[in-house]
Amino acid sequence: MQQIEVFEGKLTTRSRMRKFGVLLTGPGILWLLVFLLIPTIFLMVLAFAERGSYGSIHWTFSLLNLKRLLGFSTFGWSPDNLLILWRSVKIASFTTVLCIFFGLPMAFWIANHGKSMRAFLFALIMVPSCTNLVIRTAAWMILLGPDMFPASIARFLGLIAEGESLYPGSFAVYVGMVSSMLPFAVLPLYTSVERLDWGIVEAARDLYAGPIRTFTHGILSQMMPGIIASVILTLVPSFGMYVISDLLGGSKYMLIGNLIQQQFGSASDWPFGAMLGVVLILSSVISLVIFQRVGGKNFV
Amino acid sequence: MSKRKLPLFVAVLSFIGFALLYLPMFLVVEQSFNSSKHGQSWAGFTLDWYAGLFDNAMVQTTTINTVVLAVVSTLVATLLGTLLAIGIHRTPWGKKMRYFYDMSINVPVVTPDILMAIALAVVFALFRSWTSIFEPGMLTMIIAHVTLEISFVVLVVQSRLSSIGKEQIEAARDLYASTAGAWCRVILPQLSTAIISGALLAFTLSLDDFILSFFTSGPESQTLPLYIYGSLKRGISPQIHALSTIIFSLTLFVMLLLVLKGIRKERKLAKSK
Repeated sequence: MQQIEVFEGKLTTRSRMRKFGVLLTGPGILWLLVFLLIPTIFLMVLAFAERGSYGSIHWTFSLLNLKRLLGFSTFGWSPDNLLILWRSVKIASFTTVLCIFFGLPMAFWIANHGKSMRAFLFALIMVPSCTNLVIRTAAWMILLGPDMFPASIARFLGLIAEGESLYPGSFAVYVGMVSSMLPFAVLPLYTSVERLDWGIVEAARDLYAGPIRTFTHGILSQMMPGIIASVILTLVPSFGMYVISDLLGGSKYMLIGNLIQQQFGSASDWPFGAMLGVVLILSSVISLVIFQRVGGKNFV
Repeated sequence: MSKRKLPLFVAVLSFIGFALLYLPMFLVVEQSFNSSKHGQSWAGFTLDWYAGLFDNAMVQTTTINTVVLAVVSTLVATLLGTLLAIGIHRTPWGKKMRYFYDMSINVPVVTPDILMAIALAVVFALFRSWTSIFEPGMLTMIIAHVTLEISFVVLVVQSRLSSIGKEQIEAARDLYASTAGAWCRVILPQLSTAIISGALLAFTLSLDDFILSFFTSGPESQTLPLYIYGSLKRGISPQIHALSTIIFSLTLFVMLLLVLKGIRKERKLAKSK
């Protein structure tokens, strides 16, 4: 006999509530299972298959793609793929640091306005994202060109030589990355600034903590889940980014995203592309585990 | 948080941050009124690019495709996401189920777009060996966009649900409302703003997406971003900038409207107090 309990003021049993809950969550969960979980598992299987001639797939278990990822090929070892991986990690990490660097002050600055102004400024953060990434990145291609003001300023400061421009290259990639990732960094930071308990900050001041100690111990420690969420929301997407590096980095600028795109495009080597995808899966799983360790619950 | 005195550098860094977000937008708007075609310098004001939009069939079809994709995927994702959030919130799940749901919602958020895109491209190819409805086209694109959007809708709706709490529904039940009645007349009206912001977020994600569309589109379902990406090598036509300016102004307008509505509501509340 099931125990009868009260839910929402109604006598019912736990299992009956759960049955109805399954009905409500079913469609959404089923969607995610069929179109996210199964595809991802399938991709992981594909990563251990082999590419046949003319881009077909040989369903044999092989570690060939893993070896290729690590740089071993029929012609001996080359560091190319590992260098691309390293560059992707480097760019994703720097982008994240820069996003937090600008995002933290923005979150505090926005939160320091009246209620309606705050809503407006927060909306302003999201508005540029409604214009497609490709269009915004293309705008940077023009903005960072030799005749525009950022280049003149850089030339005036002696950062670049006469006739050089800021695009294409690493600098342009960073600008494009930060510009497109910043909204997703600010989102969780802003929510955690709004939730700050300023009593703790005042207590720290009362106890003669200096401004830096007050900030690190009184404010940052409270914001940790928000900061981690913000780091993951910028780090993971920028690790897989390829449009920005493709457009702003120049022809020789390869990141793991570009490499994947190449395997599914011109190289038509799906199994190797899938193996590269597995690297991205690992990065997501690791960041999720870290996020749960620091006690975060949801990202937004 | 009440007003506090912030150090000057906070304002300066915020300003740079906003500049990084808005410089490309300003350039797009400027170029849309610039009469020089490929010139980066100002050559005089014109509205030709806006007028030209009406004759450009390619821009028109791709725009329609983009909007259809965004609207349909947003509707599906909002429906599924809202049901999912409500189902997770009100059901007394055990610890394991709760963990399962938390994972299902948060995993898509940390999945890079390109991973989702290739995984879908691969299974669609597999599904095609059984049925032809997964030919690359609008349907596959909608599926991909919904998959991306669902969990963001759930996260937004869920956070509102947990701040509403369970007391209100119990109060409504005490006043002889049926469970369904209490949900429809007490909770859903309060939830509507969260559902709308979830939908707006989904819509934004769809408009901003390039990678998912790139891997799942077919020849008949070119969207604006794909068309622009394809024509980039020849330089962006100012018509595209004109179109982007229209979209940008529209979103700015809608956002302002929502913010103003919020302010009015607040004033009303303050008055009634």
